[in-house]
Amino acid sequence: MLASTTARQRGAGRMTAVILFLPPALLLFTLFVVMPVVEAAWYGGYNWNGFGSPKNWVGFDNYRMVFETRAFGLALRNNLLVIVVSLAIQLPLALALALILAEKFRGAVALRMLFFLPYVLAEVATGLIFSFVYDGDYGLLASIYRFFGAEAPHLLASTQTSMLAILIVVVWKYFGFHMMLFIAALQGQDRNLIEASRIDGASRWQTIRFVSIPLLYPTIRLSIFFAVVGSLQLFDLVMPLTRGGPADSSQTMVSFLYSHGVTRMRVGYGSAIGVILFVICATFAITYKRWFMRDE
Amino acid sequence: MNALIRSLLAAASLALSAGGAMAQTTVKWLHLEVNPNQLKIWEEVARSFEAAHPGTKIEMQFLENESYKAKLPTLLQSNDRPHIIYSWAGGVLKAQIEAGVLQDVAGSIKDIAPEISPAALAAFTQDGKVYGLPFAQSQVGFLYNKDLMAKANVDGTKIKTWDDLLAAVKALKAAGVTPLTVGGGDKWPLHFYWTHLAVRIGGKAAFQAALRGESGGFEGETFQKAGDLMKQLVDLQPFQNGFLGFKNPQSTGYFGDGKAAMTLVISTVYHQQKALAADKVGIPDDKLGWFDFPTIPGGKGEAADTLGGINGWLVTRGAPKEAVEFVKFFVSKDVQSRLAAGNFLVPVVKGADAAINNAFMRNIAQNLARSNYHQNFYDQDLGPSVGRVVNDATAELAGGSMTPRQVSKAVQDAWKQGN
Repeated sequence: MLASTTARQRGAGRMTAVILFLPPALLLFTLFVVMPVVEAAWYGGYNWNGFGSPKNWVGFDNYRMVFETRAFGLALRNNLLVIVVSLAIQLPLALALALILAEKFRGAVALRMLFFLPYVLAEVATGLIFSFVYDGDYGLLASIYRFFGAEAPHLLASTQTSMLAILIVVVWKYFGFHMMLFIAALQGQDRNLIEASRIDGASRWQTIRFVSIPLLYPTIRLSIFFAVVGSLQLFDLVMPLTRGGPADSSQTMVSFLYSHGVTRMRVGYGSAIGVILFVICATFAITYKRWFMRDE
Repeated sequence: MNALIRSLLAAASLALSAGGAMAQTTVKWLHLEVNPNQLKIWEEVARSFEAAHPGTKIEMQFLENESYKAKLPTLLQSNDRPHIIYSWAGGVLKAQIEAGVLQDVAGSIKDIAPEISPAALAAFTQDGKVYGLPFAQSQVGFLYNKDLMAKANVDGTKIKTWDDLLAAVKALKAAGVTPLTVGGGDKWPLHFYWTHLAVRIGGKAAFQAALRGESGGFEGETFQKAGDLMKQLVDLQPFQNGFLGFKNPQSTGYFGDGKAAMTLVISTVYHQQKALAADKVGIPDDKLGWFDFPTIPGGKGEAADTLGGINGWLVTRGAPKEAVEFVKFFVSKDVQSRLAAGNFLVPVVKGADAAINNAFMRNIAQNLARSNYHQNFYDQDLGPSVGRVVNDATAELAGGSMTPRQVSKAVQDAWKQGN
């Protein structure tokens, strides 16, 4: 009897907390997340330039046109490329550096800071700096080529190399962030486990391979999550470098939305792209959470 | 209580300082000018207007070019919309008129209308209603570096036809000089080639016909040929290395540094090439030449036809009458003469061009005065949904990833979708 009363009281207390704390959050979430998403889905059915209210209902025409646009395919391909490069180059690089720099030695902290610095830099500033680095006439790259007596390529001006140039910047900018995640996780690891493995006669490599890295799995999963979401959001780095060009070769989903939707004042078409992007993001986030991050 | 008294006192003193019973009117003027020298004159214009109209305050608001274009639709539909906005006329103006966010000022500008260049005023007129006033015009043509041209024994003044231009490009290449520089990364500098060729080949009639969807629209003969001729030039590889990665200011600086012989630009680049050159001096006037876009044998356009910009101020719905007064003041002969004297613009008011004090700008002013058909930039005239496609497609033609047929088709498809 007594027990059930306290349980009920506890339940009532929880209800009060819900009634008190939920509405503000729910209101903000509805106002700034749900409403815009619903609105975008609604605009996506209209041919509309943003003036007045949308009147010209075109059904799924906008979606059909998005799928028929070559730039959409290129943007999707480029987003995938960013993900592949993140997983295949950026994360291993970050992990290797983290394993070295998590140890205590002279200069470790300074090196950590150095590698983390690119991440602190604003995206637009990074883009501008690298557009100077890549400049085929005056840039750093050009002087290196000239030192060897060769003529520098204009990386950003060719459909073949523009995305490569962006990928290099992406890796350079974000590996430090993933490295920091790994270092933090490594330093939180129980030293006893590592010492125990040493006592058991494990080599340094074996300790890393069979103790440290398995303990890092949750962080690696988180890191992959950030890398994928970051790739889908990639925009402010692309604009100062190439604006998605030449010939849409370095377009990402968001820069495609901006250049084909916003700047062309095609609000309906742009909203359709936004909805597609939203579906991709939401599907990924939900399945990834469900399949790979269920323990956290 | 104390606070209440204080705020009452503050309100009273404010009313007193505003000149007794007279209400204060604020005119919000949204612009996108970045040249500090020109802005200084604009500020002075605003201050002298305020002095002549007590109780009126001109509030200057600024947005950067690209964000201006992106934000304007939302801004115009809010209750806090600016009263005077910048405009390139054309398709965006048409959309704004249809949305009913602008004000017809025809009644209040009757007195100064005869003073304004008819072609420029027509750009802001629709169905007898006038939505704003033009204040500047510009022309697209070739700037050239006399020293570099001399290296290849090319005389810029002798380039009259498209074949002359192609021959000049070949000669310059043979002499080891980069013939042309262009800001291909921004795309619109490349659309000048295709569109000016169309102006020369088909003249006003072909453009009007395309707008009506007649004779194949933008897939018609004129535009196909414009693409073919542009391809002739592109095949000679006339542009600087990496031109598709160059932003427009970069390309202008490249010309100012004396690295390319010619560049197809808006006449205002005459100033910009100085400011954007590495040495901030650029190509001095005696080394700098200008020739109009070459003609096409058998072309229906006249040699005097021009491609260029028409810039003006629009008055938005609900703006106070002082806003109209200010726009009228801005295009008065006095203010136009001051801006012309600084060589910032080619004025649109009759007689103001007398104030232009340099040969280069005077030549442009004469060209525009002679022109019977001044074609506004396509990317403005056709509106953003079609205009940006023109820019994209012509940049792809220059980059070799689209054929002339595909360019025409892309533009026509965009036109059909939007209309």
